[in-house]
Amino acid sequence: MPKIIATDSPGVRSGFATDMKAKIIITPKKAVLDPQGKTVQNALAQMGYPGIGAVHVGKYLEIEVTGDPETVRKQIDEACHKFLSNPVIEDYKLEIID
Amino acid sequence: MNFAVLQFPASNCDQDALHVLRDVLGHSARFVWHKETSLGPVDAVIVPGGFSYGDYLRTGAIARFSRVMQEVQEFAANGGLVLGICNGFQILCEAGLLPGALIRNRSLQFRCEHVFLKTFTAGSPFTGRIPEGKLLRVPIAHGEGCYFADDEMLKLMKLGNQILWRYVDAAGEATDAANPNGSLDNIAGICNARRNVAGLMPHPERASENLLGSADGRLIFESLIHALETKTVAKAA
Repeated sequence: MPKIIATDSPGVRSGFATDMKAKIIITPKKAVLDPQGKTVQNALAQMGYPGIGAVHVGKYLEIEVTGDPETVRKQIDEACHKFLSNPVIEDYKLEIID
Repeated sequence: MNFAVLQFPASNCDQDALHVLRDVLGHSARFVWHKETSLGPVDAVIVPGGFSYGDYLRTGAIARFSRVMQEVQEFAANGGLVLGICNGFQILCEAGLLPGALIRNRSLQFRCEHVFLKTFTAGSPFTGRIPEGKLLRVPIAHGEGCYFADDEMLKLMKLGNQILWRYVDAAGEATDAANPNGSLDNIAGICNARRNVAGLMPHPERASENLLGSADGRLIFESLIHALETKTVAKAA
């Protein structure tokens, strides 16, 4: 679950610049063909690992960012939707940590 | 006619497109660098193939935000004709000028070979001069040309006759074996609902002279030119 920092919580002052790290995981949507995932799945099964189900290959991004936590979350979320992922083919999960 | 051929860092089919428009078809064409703030006086825009910005993040994802694309958005919004080829198609999808997206080929392989295309929508500015039933033999060269759109979008596209070309075999059948990349419904090229923006993965600019083994790709450029000329005549009348 993304860590949501309320601006009125103790120790965090609104408008105060905080160093944070945004962690973004991008995965192909279920309906989208994922040949990479399928190939990795087949390879794992061929190597003899038991019980291997569907594999999905995605992307992981880390962004170092400074600013007001609430604003940062809003802006990075917008960037995820507009640029870092393509909503036609991908889903994303955003987590922001101090 | 005046054509603008866009250039991004790592575009690599820009020269071929300009050559066809200028030397083969005798029209005026100029390169427009991605940082330019104006397209100049143009009748149509070609977004050429290549690997803009190294295909980083996703194909076309970064090029789509380059300065010149703002101009292309405006040009298209005003009804201007825009054709995206290969990476150009990917850029136009990322830009939201065309529906859907292009993902990794089903085989995970970069496919570089000649394919057959069948035209499914004759009455568009990009297909108007293609004789009925004529199969186009043109090359593909891509690793991420698998066309995807969700069911709802595909339905809308079919209703609007937005599917321009499909991959077919030599007999004109859209079989699975004739599909080089796993594209949904064998889709090779599409246009927007308004029919002024189109994109395709195959390279018509690499098949516009007999010397190159096929001149079928010329028909796409000739369709575009014909559409522009008739538009100009209509405007002048």
